[in-house]
Amino acid sequence: MRFLTLLRAAHPDGPPPPELMAAIMRLGEEATASGALLDTAGLAPSITGARIALKGGDLSVTDGPFAEAKEVISYAIYDVGSRDEAVEWASRFVKVHRDSWPGWEGEVDVLKVFGPEDFTPA
Amino acid sequence: MDKVEAIWRIESARLIAGLARFVRDVALAEDLAQDALVAALEQWHRDGVPDAPGPWLMAVAKRKAIDALRRRDAYASKLILIQEVPEAEDWDDAIDDHLGDDLLRLIFTAAHPTLTTDAQKALILRMLCGLSTPEIARAFLIPEATAAQRIVRAKKTLTGVRFEMPTKDETTARQSQVLQIVYLIFNEGYAATGGDDWARPALCHEAMRLGRLLASLLPDDAEAHGLLALMELQASRLAARVDAAGEPVPLLEQDRRRWDRALIRHGLDALARAEALGGGPYTLQAMIAACHARAINPAATDWPRIAALYEVLAHVQPGPVVRLNQAVALGFAGDPGRGLRIVDELDLPDYPHHPAVRAELLDRLGRGDEARAELGRAAAMSRNAAEQRLFRRRADRINPAK
Repeated sequence: MRFLTLLRAAHPDGPPPPELMAAIMRLGEEATASGALLDTAGLAPSITGARIALKGGDLSVTDGPFAEAKEVISYAIYDVGSRDEAVEWASRFVKVHRDSWPGWEGEVDVLKVFGPEDFTPA
Repeated sequence: MDKVEAIWRIESARLIAGLARFVRDVALAEDLAQDALVAALEQWHRDGVPDAPGPWLMAVAKRKAIDALRRRDAYASKLILIQEVPEAEDWDDAIDDHLGDDLLRLIFTAAHPTLTTDAQKALILRMLCGLSTPEIARAFLIPEATAAQRIVRAKKTLTGVRFEMPTKDETTARQSQVLQIVYLIFNEGYAATGGDDWARPALCHEAMRLGRLLASLLPDDAEAHGLLALMELQASRLAARVDAAGEPVPLLEQDRRRWDRALIRHGLDALARAEALGGGPYTLQAMIAACHARAINPAATDWPRIAALYEVLAHVQPGPVVRLNQAVALGFAGDPGRGLRIVDELDLPDYPHHPAVRAELLDRLGRGDEARAELGRAAAMSRNAAEQRLFRRRADRINPAK
């Protein structure tokens, strides 16, 4: 089963420490080799993005940045056997932030992608 | 405790591989890893899961390994091993440095020629995927006791098999054996359509995971990438293969919007690597699967290319089923006459798809009555009720002879 993880955090004041990037690469390599990580990438600040909304029948397009306190920083797609496994990989991802970027705070949402197992014929 | 299970799935292969590096005995390494898991279940339940569970498991297993090796030494049977027991600190570095090699050695050992195919499948699922005995039993539709016995016997067979890379001469054969086992695991899952129990379809996912691991461990092996591409492209159709009532849906009638785009993209990437490296039978099959994956609708399928690819495949990997598929492709490519000549040369007794393909080609040649009769034969041959209905539906759709 597949999971999408979204990392949210406040906009950092400076660039992430190089040790963090190295740790993320190492973890990504391990997760890819083990077959769990299908895809991942960092996301540019929302100032470069846009939001399309439908309200009261009106469609609007607003340029970024979005007003939220936290930005979506990166995403990953995991192919794993259980939600716990996706949670474990995401926890490791957060731990490398903790271990190499003091004071960093953020959160990861782990969302299940619908798969055939969710539509078992009755 | 599901969290422990998740950690086990992530850590078990490297744990066993790392241990085997030092105890030189895969069966013992697997026992030690299982002992560490038991210790983890006890202690983590009481004290919570440690921050770094992988190193925790390795530390516990190491202590048990040293005890076990000393005990062996007490029997004076394996004196050499004790001399090689490294200082505890050296383990972690060595394990990180050699992880790729150790995992490969573990896979090669699990596919050792002294083991039966069933034993190889079970050992690979257990040691590389971290599946428990009950999970293996469910996946292969065998009683738990049978699965347990199969694993115990397999491990016994491996006692005395040294944990090492196959020799240069053996490597090619062993590599293709490993790929074949992974594809067998995939097909066990793929053959099980729908149903309430996802243990079998989940085998497809285990096989794809193994395929990704092999592609990363054997980056220069075209067929490792080819097999991964083949599995991902086939699995992209899993959700569309069965309709809401649980009936099988043939490829050309599937709702392509339900094909898994992410797996297709991943599979096509793997295929590009395989083709760049030279390919082989799995790569050819993946190239055929890619022709379907790339076609936005059935009419857009490049049938002449598929027929040509089957022609090549029939030379590399001769077999009547490949020829049968080639005949189908020729029918679609506008040459049903040649397809029929190929089909008529094939000896495939009791294979319902043989008359079914003949029927399709006859129908294309305007010989509807013969086609209907062939589909009747196919339905009579099939032991699968859903398949029988499929053949009958097809027969009903054929117009009377023109």
